Amino acid sequence: MLKKLKQSQFPERNLVIILVLLIVVLSIASNRFLSYNNIMNLLRQTSIIGVIAVGMTFVIISAGIDLSVGSVLAFSSIIVAMLMKAGVPIPLSIIVALLAGTSLGVLMGILIHNGSVPAFIATLGGMTMVRGAVMLISGARKISGLPPEFKHFAVAKFLGIPGMVWVWFLVIIIGFVIAKYTIFGRNVYAIGSNEEAARLSGIKIGTNIYGIYAFCAFTSSIAGILMTTRLGNGVPTSGTGYELDVIAAVVVGGASLSGAVGSILGTVLGTIIIATIRNGGNLLGINPFILDILVGGLIVFAVLFDQLNKKNNR
Amino acid sequence: MKQNFDEIIRMENISKEFPGVKALTDVSISINAGEVHAIVGENGAGKSTLIKVMMGVYQKNAGDIYISGKKVDIRNPIDAQNYGLSAVYQDVTIARHLTVAENFFLGKPPLTKAGFVNWKKMNNQAQDVLDELNLDIDAKSPVKQLSVAQQEMVIIAKKYFEHSKIIIFDEPTALLANEEVEELFSIIRRLKNEGVACIYISHRMEEIFELCDRVSVMKDGCLIDTMMVADTNEDDLISKMVGRTIEDMYSIEHCKAGDEAMRVEGLTRDGYFEDINFSIHQGEVFGIFGLVGSGRTEIVRAIFGADKFDSGEIYLYDNKVKISDPSSAIRKGIGLLPEDRKHEGLTLETTVENNINMASYKDISKLGFINLKKEKERSLKQIEDMKIKTPSEKQRVINLSGGNQQKVVIGKWLCCDSNIFIFDEPTVGIDVGAKSEIYRLLEQLLSEGNAIIMISSYLPEIIGIADRIMVIHEGKQTGIVERGDYSEEKLLKLASGL
Repeated sequence: MLKKLKQSQFPERNLVIILVLLIVVLSIASNRFLSYNNIMNLLRQTSIIGVIAVGMTFVIISAGIDLSVGSVLAFSSIIVAMLMKAGVPIPLSIIVALLAGTSLGVLMGILIHNGSVPAFIATLGGMTMVRGAVMLISGARKISGLPPEFKHFAVAKFLGIPGMVWVWFLVIIIGFVIAKYTIFGRNVYAIGSNEEAARLSGIKIGTNIYGIYAFCAFTSSIAGILMTTRLGNGVPTSGTGYELDVIAAVVVGGASLSGAVGSILGTVLGTIIIATIRNGGNLLGINPFILDILVGGLIVFAVLFDQLNKKNNR
Repeated sequence: MKQNFDEIIRMENISKEFPGVKALTDVSISINAGEVHAIVGENGAGKSTLIKVMMGVYQKNAGDIYISGKKVDIRNPIDAQNYGLSAVYQDVTIARHLTVAENFFLGKPPLTKAGFVNWKKMNNQAQDVLDELNLDIDAKSPVKQLSVAQQEMVIIAKKYFEHSKIIIFDEPTALLANEEVEELFSIIRRLKNEGVACIYISHRMEEIFELCDRVSVMKDGCLIDTMMVADTNEDDLISKMVGRTIEDMYSIEHCKAGDEAMRVEGLTRDGYFEDINFSIHQGEVFGIFGLVGSGRTEIVRAIFGADKFDSGEIYLYDNKVKISDPSSAIRKGIGLLPEDRKHEGLTLETTVENNINMASYKDISKLGFINLKKEKERSLKQIEDMKIKTPSEKQRVINLSGGNQQKVVIGKWLCCDSNIFIFDEPTVGIDVGAKSEIYRLLEQLLSEGNAIIMISSYLPEIIGIADRIMVIHEGKQTGIVERGDYSEEKLLKLASGL
């Protein structure tokens, strides 16, 4: 009984156990794993997926899905690069890119709510259209020659932690606060659980759906800017296929695609667990194809485990 | 007449425990072929658990099950099905896009010699079964085109077609109008004559006396008594169930009507209802009665802003208002307890606390940030005031019983200071004890000067509770009857358009 109670009050418990086990095993297997350089490397590599996963968590909790995140990332990357290249000040370029990316999310929200287009289709179309637009705008070529201060951000460290990782932490905190402390956060869970009941409780579904997809696009746009600093260029093909990595992280983190279940903490753990497996695998020289099999298995296992648990609790 | 009382299933000393709860204690029951056996008891008395053990959904901790005298082990619902046990649950067991015949043969269609589906044979056999049960349903029609009542008949016919020996009916009349209930009863009687054992679970006492042969009463996980229905009466049953008499079950303390709270003029939604006019006063219960599908639910949904309407005016306290969506209705002090609490009233996967505060987060937050302390205080207050049975405010609503879920919905409206409450079938599917608690709550709301609109299709209830009753027939208002003039005949006549 005590065990059950703990599980329900702290649903991320199993993820913590898995992560701790992974860390213990990997630090025994490789003395490089726990080194400062490796940990920072791991976090930096994960931060881009991690930032988007925070936004995606809200989408998935609302029983939606957003496949357009990788394209929105590229969109914001190209916009920020083009603006800076045209001589626009860095902060302004970033703000404009974030706004432009976020507005794509609002459009997607309008399509989903007002047009009743299923989120999967709306964002699948959005993914393809935005990618096409990015290619068109950039002429399918990378945009180089960015200001050095901007590129510097990727390697700059504050308190020994890379700037990109700080941004990720910040986004996590924002996501956590929204989910736990705001009306919007509660509304997302309510909509994901039962949209009609939420509407009959006076929740304005439209506004919230716009907000959900806007926030996800916002985090994708932040990821786009991080990607640009890391690559040092605006790259039109960047972020391709990210939507699936992001969804994987959220699902491993315990969120349910049928809505109402999930948490920011879970997503963060899910993101780190996947990254740790890949990082540890590389250190140990495991064939990357085998790592793919492991990560794929983990995704299925995470949901399987959840389902079995549900059955046993009945 | 020789009674065909062969025992089909016997459950002996069944016990079932969940972590922290003893759901069933030493329950023994036997069901005979050709009988309709009612199981009654308050929610949480253990009826559903017993059924789920029988159906293999839950595993018993102790006890034995015998089918036709042989000891069996029912480990899952498929085992139960193989032993000829089946249950009629609403809306889950049928593929709505397929035809009636396809549903009958789901997974095992008859084949032609070449190995393709033999449609002709399939449709004919299904139609034979429907005809045999006197059902006016075409085997070739897709299930989703049938009415709710017809769909239920199809489910029952399917069980019959599958040669079930025991069919469990769990609140089968909850969604049916009166004449459809009659149709259901005639089918159950026919099944009974065919030697099928029927287990009938219902909160509606009059159905048990009309239909059932024996009745078993459960309370707190124990089986209190099994009696012949002929040897007992409603009073006796209720006192066994709850330890109190029926005397003032369906009555409340009426208040003196105060000022007009709401007036509706010429409300019309094309194709659903037209020219609805009424007014409600503070301290009054205004009943709306009509058969299922008459448009009564649509009227209150329109008033609440859940659906659009085409013409008409709504006045609150003599001021004309425009209600564009539920959130504006809520701001104006209207609360709706929807007919279908699971699909419209609650977000089942979220917590009690979340549901109670859902419509009023604005009142306890600044700049969109919720004051978590107040959120908790408010939910604890409702849990205490309304005696909601839940281990904590963090419990997911899905784990509560029907009556407690309904209280959570009411709590939600109490939290946002509503003063006009619309209760659409507030006591459907909840037990006697919780019903009476809900009536006490109505009394309290009235004494505080609130106005209540109540829809009910259960005549004794609406007659006992409402101060005036508006009757709806096919979207038209056929009369408003004053309290002194109530009679079941009169209301039924108006509701049938006579």
